Amino acid sequence: MFKFLGSLGRYFLLLGKVFSKPEKISVYYKQTIRELIFLGVNSIGITVIISFFMGAAITLQTAYNTENPIYPAYLIGLGCRDSIILEFSSTIVALILAGKVGSNIASEIGTMRVTEQIDALEIMGVNSASYLILPKMIATLIFNPFLTLISIMVGIAGGWFVGTQIIGVITSEQFIYGIQYAFIPYYITYSLIKTVVFAFLITSISAYQGYFVKGGSLEVGQSSTKSVVYSSVFILLFNVILTQLLLS
Amino acid sequence: MIIVKNLNKSFNGRKVLSDINVTFETGITNLIIGQSGSGKTVLLKSIVGLHDIDSGEVWFDDVLFNKLDFRQKKEIRKQMGMLFQGSALFDSITVEQNVRFPLDMFTNMTMKEKTRRVNFCLERVNIINANKMYPAELSGGMKKRVAIARAIALNPKYLLCDEPNSGLDPITANLIDKLIKEITEEYSITTIINTHDMNSVMEIGEKVIFISDGLKYWEGNKNEILHSDCKLLNDFVFANVLAKQLINK
Repeated sequence: MFKFLGSLGRYFLLLGKVFSKPEKISVYYKQTIRELIFLGVNSIGITVIISFFMGAAITLQTAYNTENPIYPAYLIGLGCRDSIILEFSSTIVALILAGKVGSNIASEIGTMRVTEQIDALEIMGVNSASYLILPKMIATLIFNPFLTLISIMVGIAGGWFVGTQIIGVITSEQFIYGIQYAFIPYYITYSLIKTVVFAFLITSISAYQGYFVKGGSLEVGQSSTKSVVYSSVFILLFNVILTQLLLS
Repeated sequence: MIIVKNLNKSFNGRKVLSDINVTFETGITNLIIGQSGSGKTVLLKSIVGLHDIDSGEVWFDDVLFNKLDFRQKKEIRKQMGMLFQGSALFDSITVEQNVRFPLDMFTNMTMKEKTRRVNFCLERVNIINANKMYPAELSGGMKKRVAIARAIALNPKYLLCDEPNSGLDPITANLIDKLIKEITEEYSITTIINTHDMNSVMEIGEKVIFISDGLKYWEGNKNEILHSDCKLLNDFVFANVLAKQLINK
């Protein structure tokens, strides 16, 4: 318990350092652009692939579980849309990004710690926490909502393509009617709010794990694993909290 | 000048440095020598504030450094250059960008001025045609020299080197030693070097401090070190087989 409280305190102290005034805005700006590419643009591929197949799988599962004639066929499209918007594109994509982006952040910062690069920054008079973590945080907070929107579009497209063109469990007209039926725009807002919170959790937890690593390459690997585990647990916890707060 | 007064440092109740008192003078190379695990690196990191000390004082000229807050320390640190054991170059950027980093961060120089300064620093440490190379593509000696170039980019008042020639062959190690000495004299810097290399001591040991098990046992210069009556120091100095043979002759 004391260990957990100690870690929590250290986490918030680190955040305090991260959000202190940057030494030079232009340097941080360049660093943020770099991180937007590394952490954001480079995640588009995996987001597109998993969203396409998950959208297809959700459509097929909905179709095979609503074969009763009392359920109209367009419910398949509606189920696909709502599953993707409410849960998949924000939460599941965040869990996958926790694996990709989180481990990347923890191992990069952890390696810098054990090779004394962070000490070198401190000696130069640079706020290492802010310089290393803030650009990553801004980059993910800006770009992850776009990933969510891409995921929603590709997921629904995947559901349509496989459900109507490949397997043929529903007609194209019924699917398109379903995805338009009883649409609540607020669900998109809800999904994007969750994405922003999850992006913050992934970046801050992974950066914390990397920043305080001690030892050598073995410990860097361990910190990378911990970052994925803790980020995933906190994403799921906050998913419940945010759902209750935003949808109740 | 850097003055350390009654410095104590412990980790988890284990005392690592006890009552260290020493003055590091400007314009000469000050060496801290001692066995591995004697507390040299902890002393150096305590001086620059990478480790919080338990008690004592660390003065950078007339500033009591260890009592400053984070922001005030940052201002003093801008006047420091540090050379780490593993060079600590930033892996993801080129040699040129590594040396330019402190200039980007703390000056308002134009790109042309920064490039001129980077080239000057790299030439000063005899690194030529390596501007676009990444640290992973450099040899150990080149990495150390690039790290020195980065350390002097902002014309520091204090240069701190943690085992600058560890892992280097004797000839390259000698070059690094001479380079640090030249830079120290040229720019009148207060330089502290951690080493356990006796070649370095005999080459550039203008002031030498010997520590063992966290205690300072001896202080002198390279000429006095061979005639010391400190047994621990003699064991350290003459541990080398070649040195023993020379003494026997």
